[in-house]
Amino acid sequence: MGKEVTLLEAIRQGLWEEMKRDESVFIIGEDVGIYGGAFKLTEGFIDEFGPERVIDTPISEAAIVGVACGAALMGMKPVAEFQFIDFISCGFDMLTNYAAKSRYRGCGAISAVFRGPCGSGVRGGPFHSLNAESFFLNTAGLKMVEPSTPYDAKGLIKAAIRDPDPVLFFEHKKLYRLPRIKQELPEEDYIVPIGKARIAREGKDLSIITFGAQVLNALDAAEILEKEDGLQVEVLDLRTLAPLDKPAILDTVKKTNRVIILHEASVTGGIGGEIAAIIAEEAFEWLDAPILRIGSIDTPVPFAPQLEDYYLPSIGEVVEAARRLANY
Amino acid sequence: MNLSVRLKKPEKPLSCTKETSLKKEDFAKLYRFLKITRMFDEITVRLKRQAKITGGVFSSLGQEATAVGTCYALEERDFIAPLIRDIGACFVKGILPREIFASYLGRATSPNRGTDLQFHFADLKKGFIGPISHLGDMVSVMAGVLLASKMRREDRVAIAYVGEGATSTGAFHEGINFAAVQKLPLIVVVENNGYAYSTPTHKQCAAKHFVDKAVGYGILGLQVDGNDVVACYETAKKAVEYARSGNGSVLIEAITYRRKGHAEHDNQSYVPPGEIEWWAEHNDPIKRFELFLTEENIFSKEELLQIEKDVAEYLEEELTIAESAPSPEPITAAYDVFDNSIVPPAFKKKFLES
Ligand SMILES: Cc1ncc(C[n+]2csc(CCOP(=O)(O)OP(=O)(O)O)c2C)c(N)n1
Repeated sequence: MGKEVTLLEAIRQGLWEEMKRDESVFIIGEDVGIYGGAFKLTEGFIDEFGPERVIDTPISEAAIVGVACGAALMGMKPVAEFQFIDFISCGFDMLTNYAAKSRYRGCGAISAVFRGPCGSGVRGGPFHSLNAESFFLNTAGLKMVEPSTPYDAKGLIKAAIRDPDPVLFFEHKKLYRLPRIKQELPEEDYIVPIGKARIAREGKDLSIITFGAQVLNALDAAEILEKEDGLQVEVLDLRTLAPLDKPAILDTVKKTNRVIILHEASVTGGIGGEIAAIIAEEAFEWLDAPILRIGSIDTPVPFAPQLEDYYLPSIGEVVEAARRLANY
Repeated sequence: MNLSVRLKKPEKPLSCTKETSLKKEDFAKLYRFLKITRMFDEITVRLKRQAKITGGVFSSLGQEATAVGTCYALEERDFIAPLIRDIGACFVKGILPREIFASYLGRATSPNRGTDLQFHFADLKKGFIGPISHLGDMVSVMAGVLLASKMRREDRVAIAYVGEGATSTGAFHEGINFAAVQKLPLIVVVENNGYAYSTPTHKQCAAKHFVDKAVGYGILGLQVDGNDVVACYETAKKAVEYARSGNGSVLIEAITYRRKGHAEHDNQSYVPPGEIEWWAEHNDPIKRFELFLTEENIFSKEELLQIEKDVAEYLEEELTIAESAPSPEPITAAYDVFDNSIVPPAFKKKFLES
């Protein structure tokens, strides 16, 4: 075991080790080379791997995705960066129509990773705060992951690179350098399998199903509920958003019979609705209370702190919702 | 322009073009706008350091002449869509510093009421449509503004500003091509300031000059020294006349230089040594204009200093107005996604009361 690392450092390590292990892995994106990326995630990579494997591009997200697809077809392993996940919208066509459908159409698998910083709560305003998962949830053929710990971040980036299909890799920018979540990582090579959720806290009275930065809100709410209400809350960190880990979702519901789904994107059309539907269809008899969804309000992400704080789900709301379920 | 040529010491200090129809009162206004732009910049940097601004601060230091000079060629009824380094164009269009300060500071009095940052807002009465972050998007929006003007028989031209980096987007291409095909009076000003974030121009585009792209779109292309405010005005005026007389769209490449990093956090380690200093010393748009104004005996140094003093006072007053305004009420986050007389605001759920 080495020293404790941040989530950002963990992703760096994973990328670095994969580039060492496999010569076909390369990085492509805006300002990823000498500058090292807007968040400095790829700083130093160009010195080690050279400009042929760390490619600075024009401001052309559609081309970045398209080029990654083409290169992947020819046996390379592109890791494409969006400077902010908000700009994934400019690559939407390529992702949903090309990358997602290629294997199905018999045109070859696209083994590529599309990663970038997502998430709100950093006063980024409407165009630097996106959580993009539900735009892609309704597109078959794209995997999606979002880690909440350094351990998972490193294991998932490695798994994503080794995965035979396209993976969208969301990195919550609020977690990048958050001291609270720093962890020591194993020395040896490991992956965290795509498609597997993780129990972040065990409990028997109520489940919070969540992912990304909201895992911390869930854990904080669980702490309060234990102290003030004597409730034992289970927190399930999904880690993979597509394909969802249905068995893990159903297991926790069957264990606690009460469930909150918490995510940072707006509630309407969010991934919470899909999870709620799975639970309603497959674990209805196990429920002792309605399924509650908590997310941001149905607006763009506002800039001013007072507005963004209202917009975002809060620990207080999670606690309130849990109390309502507990007393149902 | 080739960098090694750029970096030679000019034989004599650079001034501005002398072939101009501008009058003394125009020069005074231009100087004032340039000064407002630069000093506004300095104040936002100060506010950022004081942590009063929570979002990004983007500087137009060293490239103020492009936005100010080109926008000055427009009439009141004309429209602009500026990008983040075109704050000077906002002022020319009549946007008040207090409005942009309020937006930077996230105040309720901001025209966007705190929902967005910088000058991401619009004032249609003033012919101003602020940008979104997604680069290139404003080109087709401005084409739409002009399409409507054409349909409504309104005489109007518009400028869409983009950095050279934004020319690599699909949105830029689709927008300018659309305008060209429809012969819309759109002027696209490509500000070639050497860098897009850390990416140097040669990694953005393989063409020698951005103005050459005009040929491919079948429109008029003009190139201008973006640090010569008089030349920027004259070139834009030519473009405006051309577009207004029904000849179609124009692409202007303005050659300038971004002296600050992409935003405040960027330490510019990727910039070759001496480059920033060269531009600061030998090709500063405001110094050039000052030299022009004094050499041509249009204004004395003292008169220019007086304008500067007035601007400083004006901006501090504007800042005070913005700073003393209240922050938005949290609940107002829920408003105005839709027309709230038809669709209720997006209030938070109350879990315990329901
Ligand atoms: C579609 C899109 N991709 C990426 C970004 C992130 N980004 C913001 S500004 C910038 C560089 C802009 O360069 P340029 O257009 O030359 O303008 P300049 O900053 O030099 O004025 C980038 C890459 C963005 N805003 N929009």
